[in-house]
Amino acid sequence: MRHPRRWPSLASLLLLLATPSAQVTADRPFITLASTTSTEQSGLFRHIVPQFTARTGIEVRVVAVGTGQAFAIGRRGDADALLVHHRAGEDAFVAEGYGTERRDVMYNDFVLVGPRADPAGVAETRSIQDALAKIAASESAFASRGDDSGTHRKELQLWGMAQIDPAGQWYRQLGSGMGPTLNTAAGMDAYVLTDRATWLSFGNRQNLMILFEGEASLFNPYGSIPLNPARFEWVKADLAQQWHAWLVGKEGQAAIAGHHIDGAPLFFPMSEDRAGRVE
Amino acid sequence: MNSHDPFTLALSLILSGDPGLFGIIGLSLQVSLSAVLVASLIGLPLGAAIALFRFPGRGVAITLLNALMGLPPVVAGLLVYLSLSRAGPLGQFGLLFTPTAMVIAQTLLVLPIIAALTRQAIEDLWEEYREQLQSMGSGRARAIPTLLWDARITLTTAVLAGFGRASAEVGAVLIVGGNIEGVTRVMTTAIALETSKGDLPLALALGLVLLALVAAVNATAYLLGQASRRHMQ
Amino acid sequence: MSGLPPMAGQHPLLELRDVSFVRSGRVLLDRSNLALAPQGRTVVIGPNGAGKSLLMRLAHGLLEPSTGAIVCRCNGSAAPRQAMVFQRPVLLRRSTIANVTHALALSGVPRRLRRGQAERALARFGLADLAQRPARILSGGEQQRLALARAWALEPEILFLDEPSSALDPAATKAVEDAVNVFHDKGTRIVMTTHDLGQARRLADEVVFMCGGRILEHSPASSFFDAPATGAAATFLRGELVLDPHEPATLPATRR
Repeated sequence: MRHPRRWPSLASLLLLLATPSAQVTADRPFITLASTTSTEQSGLFRHIVPQFTARTGIEVRVVAVGTGQAFAIGRRGDADALLVHHRAGEDAFVAEGYGTERRDVMYNDFVLVGPRADPAGVAETRSIQDALAKIAASESAFASRGDDSGTHRKELQLWGMAQIDPAGQWYRQLGSGMGPTLNTAAGMDAYVLTDRATWLSFGNRQNLMILFEGEASLFNPYGSIPLNPARFEWVKADLAQQWHAWLVGKEGQAAIAGHHIDGAPLFFPMSEDRAGRVE
Repeated sequence: MNSHDPFTLALSLILSGDPGLFGIIGLSLQVSLSAVLVASLIGLPLGAAIALFRFPGRGVAITLLNALMGLPPVVAGLLVYLSLSRAGPLGQFGLLFTPTAMVIAQTLLVLPIIAALTRQAIEDLWEEYREQLQSMGSGRARAIPTLLWDARITLTTAVLAGFGRASAEVGAVLIVGGNIEGVTRVMTTAIALETSKGDLPLALALGLVLLALVAAVNATAYLLGQASRRHMQ
Repeated sequence: MSGLPPMAGQHPLLELRDVSFVRSGRVLLDRSNLALAPQGRTVVIGPNGAGKSLLMRLAHGLLEPSTGAIVCRCNGSAAPRQAMVFQRPVLLRRSTIANVTHALALSGVPRRLRRGQAERALARFGLADLAQRPARILSGGEQQRLALARAWALEPEILFLDEPSSALDPAATKAVEDAVNVFHDKGTRIVMTTHDLGQARRLADEVVFMCGGRILEHSPASSFFDAPATGAAATFLRGELVLDPHEPATLPATRR
């Protein structure tokens, strides 16, 4: 039969392709970090992780998901550390014994973004509660992430503070990450609450612009939590601790501060460990 | 250089030889081709066996196989995630967020396609060949490799359909792989990421690159088929 | 070399003992007995629906009889080699010669011997030049000769043929008949069906006449064609429609 001669070349080709990428097998030590989509999409990790790896030789593999999912990953012990932005959730996570401790790492803020025409008249308001009240009253389209992320939890908290229960055709729950939510909001000229970092790196703004910002309640702090080795024996506790310490230490904080888009910093370092001001 | 025409952008991406992009392309091929290989090794004989043998519950098996062709990728991903998670039954292998997990999830998606299409093709062939093969002393088990080879053209199409499904899906590899840059990011998850960042031209350009990739694989299969046919003449 | 009906004192090569075939309550073959001597060419004829093909498939072992047994005896060994050629040749999607080597592989011939045996078989039936061609693009006559060459390579003791030339033109038909005689000259037992009476007269040493699921006659060719014993056979030989003297029996529902 003619065909047997074909087999060796085909087989070796397939075998070559079949073995998943050698670059992945861990000759280098690495940790798995569950973080949020907003952090990743802002490009922060691309900026700071190489500096950490250069210092310690440890790779950081970032799984970027919504905050709710990040906590779920942590509770299952599928990561070595978390970097998320929901204080209440972080405290509970540590209190329940899943994490060792929680440290402040950085902060930025949330901004309320909306269509240039501003049908609800948000730009003139003096507080975020008023802004939200005007949106609800005018039933202007509002795009909510609806995905139990840090941003979504913050959004619900703000509605709560304004004592409004958002419901109706105008309030669109999308169940998406920040990027897709912004895409949808841009497509329907809707108001949307977003973190500044994602907004600064978002490329599809169309008619949207920042209409409200700067209030204290829009403060968005990020916390780092190493997973508890007593709870999950397989966790790379030592490596995770090195990452955690580096993040809140001088070098990590400087790295965070150095991450800009178009000259504007996306995150502000916040750890008590850093010595002095950093530019 | 940042042209907004996706075709030009796609071309410049390929020509730039960007190692990040080519790493993603390489991983996409490795994961999908591996999944197709494993799914074929299991699915071809499985489909043939179901076609040839009578057993209680055969109708249920066939219906199930056909139905699983439509298994939503995100569901397959979720099932594999729950199994491979540290908190899950297979957690001790530490396979979550690795390309191996992605291969497993995609194999789950591709296997029903190959098995179901093989089953149909072999069943039809058996109808045609049964008496002659039995006359020559071939039982059903012995007939499996004979029929698989005889149906090779149809089966190649089935395998390519499986490859198409694997390269196209994003739900499964996203959940079990985590879209980790440099480790588990493939073309589809990269496209999803760029879309969610709002960089639509780049997302579209990557989409064109992916289409070109899949077309290249299909073209290769076609040419190999033509060459082997000419070889026979 | 003319074969004789079984009563000639030899052990029969193939026997059907009390064999019947029932499907879905219909008796397609009524209880039948048939014994075939070790040599000769038996042709089974009869009107459509008589059960000729069914008889062949039962005898060859492709179907299980509902009652009775097929007993095959040859030189003390329990299972003589058999081969069957069908009305439409069934060939694999591979080359002509590969079809033969595949059959040889199935019958346990060692790999190194297959090619040589296959080439000889193809040559015997004039197919040597077509060895590398895909079998499926051969003409109808060539395909049937390939089926015969494939059977030849297996060196069967019994060759069954089910209307082997019905679908062929006269030249190809003659080629098939010549091939049957090649087998016969080598000593292979021939059992074939045909609806071509001329072919039956040319080839048969003995005739089995069937009608309505029953074997009505089994006699040497000469005595059958000159003086058939039954009216049905006589009608059939005249080329007239045989109105079944017995319709195929339908079992009452209770018996199943």
